[in-house]
Amino acid sequence: MSASDAAHPPACAESPTWRRLGARASLAYLAAGAAFGLVLVRSEVVAWWRIQEMFRFDAFHMYGVIGTAILVAMVGVTLLRRSGVRALDGTPIDVPPKKGGVVQTLAGGTIFGLGWALVGACPGPILALLGTGLPAFGVVLLGALLGTWTYGAARPHLPH
Amino acid sequence: MGIPEWFLSPWPWWVAGPLIGAVVPLLLWIGNRLFGVSSSLRHACAILPGGPAFFRYAWRDVGGWNLLFAVGIVLGGGIAGLGRAPLDVAPATRDALAAYGVTPDGGLAPAALASAEALRRPLVWAFLLAGGFLVGFGARWAGGCTSGHAITGLATRQRASAIAVAGFFAGGLLGTHLLLPVLLPALTGGGAA
Repeated sequence: MSASDAAHPPACAESPTWRRLGARASLAYLAAGAAFGLVLVRSEVVAWWRIQEMFRFDAFHMYGVIGTAILVAMVGVTLLRRSGVRALDGTPIDVPPKKGGVVQTLAGGTIFGLGWALVGACPGPILALLGTGLPAFGVVLLGALLGTWTYGAARPHLPH
Repeated sequence: MGIPEWFLSPWPWWVAGPLIGAVVPLLLWIGNRLFGVSSSLRHACAILPGGPAFFRYAWRDVGGWNLLFAVGIVLGGGIAGLGRAPLDVAPATRDALAAYGVTPDGGLAPAALASAEALRRPLVWAFLLAGGFLVGFGARWAGGCTSGHAITGLATRQRASAIAVAGFFAGGLLGTHLLLPVLLPALTGGGAA
C-alpha cells in the first residue's frame, strides 16, 4: 500500500487479523515473510559490510541482487497482469500508482539513504537481523518506529 | 548438524535477486498486496490508540497482512541465523574501514556497533537509535523503502520511485563518505586499525 491511500479507510468491528484475512492467507503471508527473511540473511544483503561495499563501489553483489530482483519482479507482474489471473481471494490483480511529489520522495529518500548507510540495514534487513539474534537491531527497530511516529505527527507541517 | 553445505554458504546474487523479486508477484497473487516492508512500521504505530491522524485507520484490515509478513521476516532471519559461514569483506572496503577503527570478524555487523559490549555504551545506543530514526522517518516521508520503491516501484515503472531511489543513493553516499568517517572513529574510540 502507499503512504496516503489508507488515511481514511472505513472503521470496522474488532476481530483478529487471521480471521479477517483467513487462516490460510495469514499463513501464506507469514511463510512469504519467512522465505524473504531467509534469503536476505543467506545472501548476506543484511550485512552492514555489504552495504558499505555497495556505497564504496567495491563489490557488485548488492547491485546484482537489487537489479535481478527488479527484473524478475517486472517480468512476474507483467505475466500476472497479462494472464488475467485473479488473486487467491478472488480480487483482480491491481497495482495502484505510487503517489508522491518530488520534494517528499527526494528529501525523504535522502534521509532514508543516510540511515541506510549508517546502520547498514533497511527495514526488511532490520527485522531479519533481529531474528538472527542481534539485539542491536532491536534498538535500530525502536529508532525506526520513533522515526515513523515522528513523521506521522509532523506530517501536516511537512512539504509533499 | 546435518545442514547441507550449499544451504550454509553465502548465496550468490543471481540466486538471491530473483528469489527476492519473486516476492512481488507472489504477494499480488496471494491477496493483491504490494510488497513493501516499511509500511509495517506505520501499521505497528497504528496499533497504539490515540495517535496522530496518520495512524488512525483500521490497521488490521489495511496492514494485518503486512504485520504478519514482518513477523515472518524475523522468523526467517532466525532460521537462517541457526548456521552461517563467516562473512568475507571486499579488501578495498575492509582496508578503508580499518582506518576508522572498524574491522570485520566474520559477523553480519561490526562488533563496534552490534556486540553486547558495544551495547553498554550510550554513544552506540545514540548511533543505532538515530540511524533507525532516519530510516523510519525517511521511508515514510518518501512513501516507501528499498522493497516498496526500489524493487516494487521500479519494477512497475513508477516515477515517484525513481526519484526516491535517487534520494536513497544520494543519502547513502553522503552517509558513507561524509558521516561515517567522522562517526566511526568516535564510536570506536579513536580509529587506527
